[in-house]
Amino acid sequence: MSEAIAKAVSALDGKEATGGFASVREAGLQGMITLRGDLSSAKVKAAVKAAAGVAVPAERRIAMKGDRGAGWMSPDELLILVPYGAVRETIAGLNDALAGQHALVADVSDARAMFRIAGSRADQVLRKLCPVDIDRLAEGELRRTRAAQVAAALWKSGADEFTIVSFRSVAGYVFATLEMSARAGSEIA
Amino acid sequence: MLTLECPYCGVKAEETELAAGGEAHLKRFGPGSSDADFDGYMFMRKNPKGVHFERWRHVYGCGKWFLAARDTATLEVFGTYPAQTSEPPAELQAKIKAKRPTWEGYK
Amino acid sequence: MSTRLSKGGRLIDRSKPLSFTFNGRRMSGYRGDTLASALLGADQMLMGRSFKYHRPRGVVASGAEEPNALVGLGEGARFEPNQRVTTTELFEGAAATTQNHWPSLEFDVGAINDRFARMLPGGFYYKTFMFPRFAWKHVFEPVIRQSAGLGKVPQERDADRYEYAYAFADVVVVGGGIAGLAAALQAGREGSRVLLIEQSGHWGGRAPVDGVVIDGRSAAEWVPATVAALSAMENVTLRLNTMASGLYDHGYLLAYERIADTTPGDGRPRHRLWRVRAGHVIAATGAIERPLSFAGNDVPGVMLAGAVRDYVVNWAISPGDRTVIVTNNDDAYRTALALLDAGLTVPAVIDARASVSGALPDAVRARGVRVLEGRAIGKVKGGKRVTCVSVCTFEGQGAEVEAIDCDAIAMSGGWSPVVHLWSHCGGKLNWDEAQAMFRPDAARPPTGADGKGMVTAVGSANGALTADAVLADVAAQIGGEALATNAVAEAPLRPVWIMPQGAGPELRMKMWLDYQNDVKVSDVQLAAREGYHSVEHTKRYTTLGMATDQGKLSNINGLAVLSDALNQAIPQTGTTTFRPPYTPISMGAIAGEARGEIFQPLRKTPMDGWHEANGAYFEPVGLWRRPYCYQRPGETAHQAVNREVKNVRQALGLLDASTLGKIIVKGPDAGKFLDMLYTGVMSTLPVGKCRYGLMCTENGFLSDDGVVARIDEDTWLCHTTSGGADRIHAWMEDWLQCEWWDWKVYTANVTEEYAQIAVVGPNARKLLEKMGGMDVSREALPFMEWRDGSLGGFRARVYRISFSGELSYEIAVPASEGRAFWDALVAAGQEFGLMPYGTEALHVLRAEKGFIMIGDETDGTVIPQDLNMAWAISKKKPDYLGKRAQERSFMASPDRWTLVGLETLDGSVLPDCAYAVADGVNANGQRNVQGRVTSTYFSPTLGKGIAMGLVKHGPARMGEVLEFPGDGGKVFKARIVDQVFYDKEGAKQNV
Repeated sequence: MSEAIAKAVSALDGKEATGGFASVREAGLQGMITLRGDLSSAKVKAAVKAAAGVAVPAERRIAMKGDRGAGWMSPDELLILVPYGAVRETIAGLNDALAGQHALVADVSDARAMFRIAGSRADQVLRKLCPVDIDRLAEGELRRTRAAQVAAALWKSGADEFTIVSFRSVAGYVFATLEMSARAGSEIA
Repeated sequence: MLTLECPYCGVKAEETELAAGGEAHLKRFGPGSSDADFDGYMFMRKNPKGVHFERWRHVYGCGKWFLAARDTATLEVFGTYPAQTSEPPAELQAKIKAKRPTWEGYK
Repeated sequence: MSTRLSKGGRLIDRSKPLSFTFNGRRMSGYRGDTLASALLGADQMLMGRSFKYHRPRGVVASGAEEPNALVGLGEGARFEPNQRVTTTELFEGAAATTQNHWPSLEFDVGAINDRFARMLPGGFYYKTFMFPRFAWKHVFEPVIRQSAGLGKVPQERDADRYEYAYAFADVVVVGGGIAGLAAALQAGREGSRVLLIEQSGHWGGRAPVDGVVIDGRSAAEWVPATVAALSAMENVTLRLNTMASGLYDHGYLLAYERIADTTPGDGRPRHRLWRVRAGHVIAATGAIERPLSFAGNDVPGVMLAGAVRDYVVNWAISPGDRTVIVTNNDDAYRTALALLDAGLTVPAVIDARASVSGALPDAVRARGVRVLEGRAIGKVKGGKRVTCVSVCTFEGQGAEVEAIDCDAIAMSGGWSPVVHLWSHCGGKLNWDEAQAMFRPDAARPPTGADGKGMVTAVGSANGALTADAVLADVAAQIGGEALATNAVAEAPLRPVWIMPQGAGPELRMKMWLDYQNDVKVSDVQLAAREGYHSVEHTKRYTTLGMATDQGKLSNINGLAVLSDALNQAIPQTGTTTFRPPYTPISMGAIAGEARGEIFQPLRKTPMDGWHEANGAYFEPVGLWRRPYCYQRPGETAHQAVNREVKNVRQALGLLDASTLGKIIVKGPDAGKFLDMLYTGVMSTLPVGKCRYGLMCTENGFLSDDGVVARIDEDTWLCHTTSGGADRIHAWMEDWLQCEWWDWKVYTANVTEEYAQIAVVGPNARKLLEKMGGMDVSREALPFMEWRDGSLGGFRARVYRISFSGELSYEIAVPASEGRAFWDALVAAGQEFGLMPYGTEALHVLRAEKGFIMIGDETDGTVIPQDLNMAWAISKKKPDYLGKRAQERSFMASPDRWTLVGLETLDGSVLPDCAYAVADGVNANGQRNVQGRVTSTYFSPTLGKGIAMGLVKHGPARMGEVLEFPGDGGKVFKARIVDQVFYDKEGAKQNV
């Protein structure tokens, strides 16, 4: 890890709110790589497997294996998740593997903020902010949508946990909105 | 508030997740085209009471543009389909024709 | 007088007394009371004054349809006007104040209007305040404003919080009466995901009050048992205190849940607005009883018969010792029975029907009550309280047959189905002649996305008024077995729209249709005589149905009166449009969570915290906030801007430019694509170099600008304006996806991945050299080139570009390191005189150099040629977006206004957006104009005002002086000059 990376700070530097019926935490630095390309091509499949440790996910699915994984963002876009410190090397690997193929690999780790909402009623926080049928959200489904007034991607990341990703610049807005929606007393009966 | 199914990611998105893009199946007229053709492309838009084809972008989702056929009066949605086409799928046209026998076609 | 009965009251808990205040007077009620029942229990029948005539008014109804009893509720930051006492659940410490009177509820000076009612007919305002014209503004409007308005506007910021929630259901059942419960049970059994909502705090609707027996069990047993069965189903969700406010396209239903109205300050959200997507809606919304139009039907003590029954049975309220019933149907006889059961006196039932028989009337007669057939109320006697009714023949003109002393009147004009949800999205109605009601026409329902009906109206909402009919209707439409009830046969009603039938003008002037807006039978008849034939016009002319109750009681009676006046059938007149919300909802609920800090998203750069801590005066740029300037103690913003500009020119400035859009465009066809997007040529840009580019819309107008950098053989990085990134990225994707989908190009919006910092001024290079890590010399990194490297240990991409005319580097580092990098630059730059500068200094610096700014020099009607930017337009390219439009005759006209510099003769600053006037006037008599100011600033560098503007034939008129009228008659004289005011040769940036 270079000196500069040691100075890296995520959007809200791990800010937490634990006073509500669900806890909200900015998840800190997370390596995120956008890969655009032909997801059906053998080269892309191999590159994704090598970079993310998982196969190219199916439509609207996210697959994790340890601290790496991949999420389906659109028919020609994946989100590769890796540890923050492994981003540059992963990008280099992807670029090598995709040499000669029309594809775009971009580091978006710093362009985004990631939040974890935890607790047995964590789903209710999202029910207040996202026009998404949470009851029908499949296991391992990555849903891109709107959280209040900003773009977001969310998935169920644990038994009682959801992960939601937003743009970095609105991290403060997203955190405040999640925190408010998780306030004690506002449980949905 | 409408719901439209994005043909790219399968999400049944509500209108707040979408951005409207106006009339679909416009043919672009660039340099060298006649004034009439360019005016038609640039300014003339259909505003039917009934069957209409529109561009929508799944902006709070997969980001893809898609096309939708719906009835502007009843808001019935006949179908959505990918934008990479210059005319509505034949199957969809047949379906609309069956439902709206007096419909005169998308052109 | 109205009192609390010593026993009974199925909804109240006498062991839980609650105290509240009414106009500051302490009163008490019980848990389970509404404010209305508690007030009646305390003999407070007078609850308000009417809007126009300030007539004393009491409560008429027991639910959402109440038009009279509106109060201001709460105090200070929790004050809310126009709350219906009938739907306000009583709570400890509730504080209600009455409205529309001065000085007091009991004595109201405004009641003088009532004496002059003859002079205040329908359309009074329209007729009276026409002439003279000036009087409206100076005389009429101030006076009307003084006396108009319903309730007081809250003066403090709302102390409560609100939120939204989203829900999805296959079937949403609206209404928790027996129809809704039965329908939900059936839908639940079929496995549908069901949401059942009820606006009140109780299940069962009217059935428990009416003594309905279902399947051998009383409603009091059947309802809770059914609710328990529903609660046990995992696929069914039940919500009380949740009102379906409106149904919109594709099954979108808004529902208003009242959570903490009775527990103010407990920290819970006060209201929650549910945004429900329903596969299908079952409207089991019941029916509303209609008043009868007789003279004095608004005197306190006159109530709907069903409401009287509710007060007696639900809350053990005696509305009066002697209650006369007046009706045109059998249902009102239930009220007589309820009153008799409670030990109260019913002196008579006045029935408009010529002969009355059947189980219900017979039961009343059997209790010794007189039933007066073919009779009507001629008029009600009493002012603030009913004292007596004058009985007449229904067919006659009102001559008194007898007078009956009483202190309450229970009236029933029949029932109107609540068809709002059915109608919101275009469901059509039929007039049911037999029951004298509009009912949903099942053949013409509101339709959903699949083109099929999305609402089924069941039970009373569908016109089924008896328990038997209700359950049979549910079974027929939703499914399941129709359970048997104890319903008895009821005789048909007699449609009655005014009473007595032959009432003359004197009586008709005292027959209220719309209680809240004081619209009487005579007003509607007058409107018809004056030519208002459309019900929508009549509504607006007379204000019938335009009050906060939206005509729940008045509309049908009103349009029947109108139809009669027009001598046409009721269906020909039709109804007014039903619009959401069904009952008023709080503004807070509409806003949801969006208030205060999270009113809207605020975009912050990685260095935002530093700005905030260092005196930044922020301005919004799109949703971003950017420092306008950094004020030092004792400094005005203007002084700060001047200091920052001078410092950039003389030493070193630092600008947070992170908001600039950054879009990667990559692929074998990326060059071709950018050549179409930009007016210039980007495909030939060598790797490592930068080029300024313009983007136009297909209409030819300049849309965005920025510097493009060639990253590698098939990758370009496009900078867009701040706030333009999302729009331009969407624009690129639009063309790639919808027009040139076979072109091999991918884009990625990486705007927020990088913190971008402009290091600007004569000392810029010194600072970067001190930071160290890469060669930033003129030779290694020439103007309009970029290099990857490291600076002070940070991974950096350095662009030699300038928007100020100074030696300038824009440095992009990963956003997560942005703050640390900024801090490092600030620390290292002190010895070189470093100061941060804000957006206003940026504007001044660029204006001194004559650089355009999107949004200042452009406004969606300006083409690059107008800005003398032909140099940025490729002549060779056969096509680019906007090219064809720019060839149109008007776009190519030499008469278009063109960009020039403007300099006032006295050095003052031209007003922003000022117009240059020309001789003569146009067709509208307005002064002709020949140009306008697009940017204007005080230049601290030059010590005078500078401006740019678009002027007709501008560049050919150098030296000419134009006149720009400003505020207050002042005229600014400015000379046309070159738009570049500073360092015309560009020597300072290329060093």
